[in-house]
Amino acid sequence: MDFTLSSDQQALREGVREFCNKRYGEDALRGFTAADASLWRDLGDLGVFGLTVPEADGGAGLGMAEAVLAFEELGRALVPGPLVASYLAAGVVEGTLEGAAAVGLVDESSDPLLVEHPDLIASLVVIGADGVHRIDAASVITELVASPMDPLTPVARVVGELPKGNSAGEVDDWRLRGALVTSAYQLGIAHAVTDRSVAYAKEREQFGRTIGSFQAIKHILADMFVRAELARAAVYAAGVTVDDPEVGDPARAVATAKLLADEAALLNTKAAIQVHGGMGFTWEVPLHLFLKRAWVLSTTFGTADEHALALASGV
Amino acid sequence: VDLRFTESEQAFRAELRSWLAETIPGLPPKPSREDWPARREYDTHWQRLLYDAGYAGINWPTEYGGRGATPTEHLIFLEESERAKAPYVGVNFVGLLHAGPTLIAEATPEQQAAHLPRILRGEEVWCQGFSEPNAGSDLAALRCRAVRDGDDYVINGQKIWTSHAEVADYCELLVRTDPDAPKHKGISWLIVPMDTPGIEIRPLRTLVGSTEFSEVFLTDVRVPVANRVGEENDGWRVTMVTLSFERGTAFVSDVVNSMVMLHDVAEHARKNGRWADDSVRRDVGHLAAELDALWMLIKRNVSEATHNGVPGAGASVFKLRYSELRLRLGDLAVQVLGRGSVAMSDVAGPGSGFLVEDRLNSLSYTIAAGTSQIQRNIVAERILGLPKEAKG
Repeated sequence: MDFTLSSDQQALREGVREFCNKRYGEDALRGFTAADASLWRDLGDLGVFGLTVPEADGGAGLGMAEAVLAFEELGRALVPGPLVASYLAAGVVEGTLEGAAAVGLVDESSDPLLVEHPDLIASLVVIGADGVHRIDAASVITELVASPMDPLTPVARVVGELPKGNSAGEVDDWRLRGALVTSAYQLGIAHAVTDRSVAYAKEREQFGRTIGSFQAIKHILADMFVRAELARAAVYAAGVTVDDPEVGDPARAVATAKLLADEAALLNTKAAIQVHGGMGFTWEVPLHLFLKRAWVLSTTFGTADEHALALASGV
Repeated sequence: VDLRFTESEQAFRAELRSWLAETIPGLPPKPSREDWPARREYDTHWQRLLYDAGYAGINWPTEYGGRGATPTEHLIFLEESERAKAPYVGVNFVGLLHAGPTLIAEATPEQQAAHLPRILRGEEVWCQGFSEPNAGSDLAALRCRAVRDGDDYVINGQKIWTSHAEVADYCELLVRTDPDAPKHKGISWLIVPMDTPGIEIRPLRTLVGSTEFSEVFLTDVRVPVANRVGEENDGWRVTMVTLSFERGTAFVSDVVNSMVMLHDVAEHARKNGRWADDSVRRDVGHLAAELDALWMLIKRNVSEATHNGVPGAGASVFKLRYSELRLRLGDLAVQVLGRGSVAMSDVAGPGSGFLVEDRLNSLSYTIAAGTSQIQRNIVAERILGLPKEAKG
């Protein structure tokens, strides 16, 4: 047993982190840079979408244990776009692996029925009671929704019936892997806002001292770190468990990961705004973007409470 | 990240499991909580069985009579022992987990020979004389005074929160030997036989109603200077050395035990109808997720200890979250038991009394061994690198 990252895993994480710093760094974030075809192509070149696609099919042939590391870094940098859907569709929907095409997702069990990034996606994958189906985005009638809560996650409402498409996978598998990489992205958010808040608390002075020397601030920051670390243990363990079900129950491990990562991302982004005081409430300090993305993601692939109810039945 | 156990780890687990299965049914009945001499007898008997089977001092180095197990084997040992409902370390706690490791690291060969084998065999019970009424979180402020008189120290002062004092043979006692030095620099670590004249023990009743702890009063207690471990006034460092023995396994039994408790709470709810309440099931699910994640955090801390020799600050992260979870688990138990929570006996079905007693007991978890507030300071200052609060 060894719950530490291998050198290959560390290198993968470093590689994605470096890419994010260069391609979607602080300036891009502060400039409210939206996801576009060029970003998608670069993410495809990096290999993010094909991480767990078999090598014979053009992917990297790695496991979910590696996929979560990549998504953690994407979350840390708050890279926008339909990342989870495109990752899940890679190797199944043409052009997705290379980042030539972005894929959107709707879960028929959700209400209202909304599609993210309607202008960017070429295909839509529908998770429904009778399976996972792929349809052309152009064949779906949508209406852009005014005032999206997250400025970098535009949404459109599906109007009328969804056409039938070709089978693209199995519902449980999509939900499981979708929840897992979403958790990893949430984990990245939880850590990113902790780091930003710690840095701010070391620099900001009031009453002649840095505010990070006050226990009232310190304890908020300690709690943020603890939440993120607990989520990290759960997310990494879930990645390994999905790869190797002999070490545990993948459904239970993923529900645990999503629950704790959602909680860490939501509570930490709110705490980060509190630590930043008035500046945290402004548009120009990007903390609100982290809060809003965490919020959007917490509504996908099962809410924390839904996962809690599922876990309770196994106790 | 690899969660599979190696072949030798699996073999260790299998051998231990079969030994536990053979041995535990032959144990005498557990004595009552308040009968301390009987508890000593029970706990030290168990320690002797462990010794004879080669499991005593599981993490102690082999040259000092221990098994020299790896951190992962130590984790397996604690996990299997808890699942088999083996006796707890009990009165052997201080000897095996604190005083013994301190002697291994800092004592003279004579001191080691006098005590280590006896601790391992369950022949010697230790207690800890660290905290004082005015030295709790700020332990280094301790005042219990030792003055040199020829070849002896003469000790006067008071200790508190001393577990198992009534049945202990020795005390690891922290005393102030230089009142003029800065507070961390004037402390010494002494081996004090508990039958020395001048030691008075008064049981301290906790809010649960039990006498787990005592106050210890020392009046003109004479102890040979040869009983000092480490240099005079170097006792703070001697004390802290023990921390380096920690391998991230401190709470293994607790987490396994908490999972069982959560299951018991769910069973009570299923029986009494409160399971129909969504909020109860949501709470159960949240706690289940947190316990699973804490279990993974233990594995991570143990893995880091295997690589680096110490579990790092992960211990504070764990302790903080675990102790607060236990309070919420207790609250949920009380909510589920409802009116049945007003007795520490099984008024609401088998096991309800234990859940109520544990709820009261768990109030100590965020206080003992570093309050949650101190743990948050440790996380903030040692891990996050925030500036220290000005201290007096």
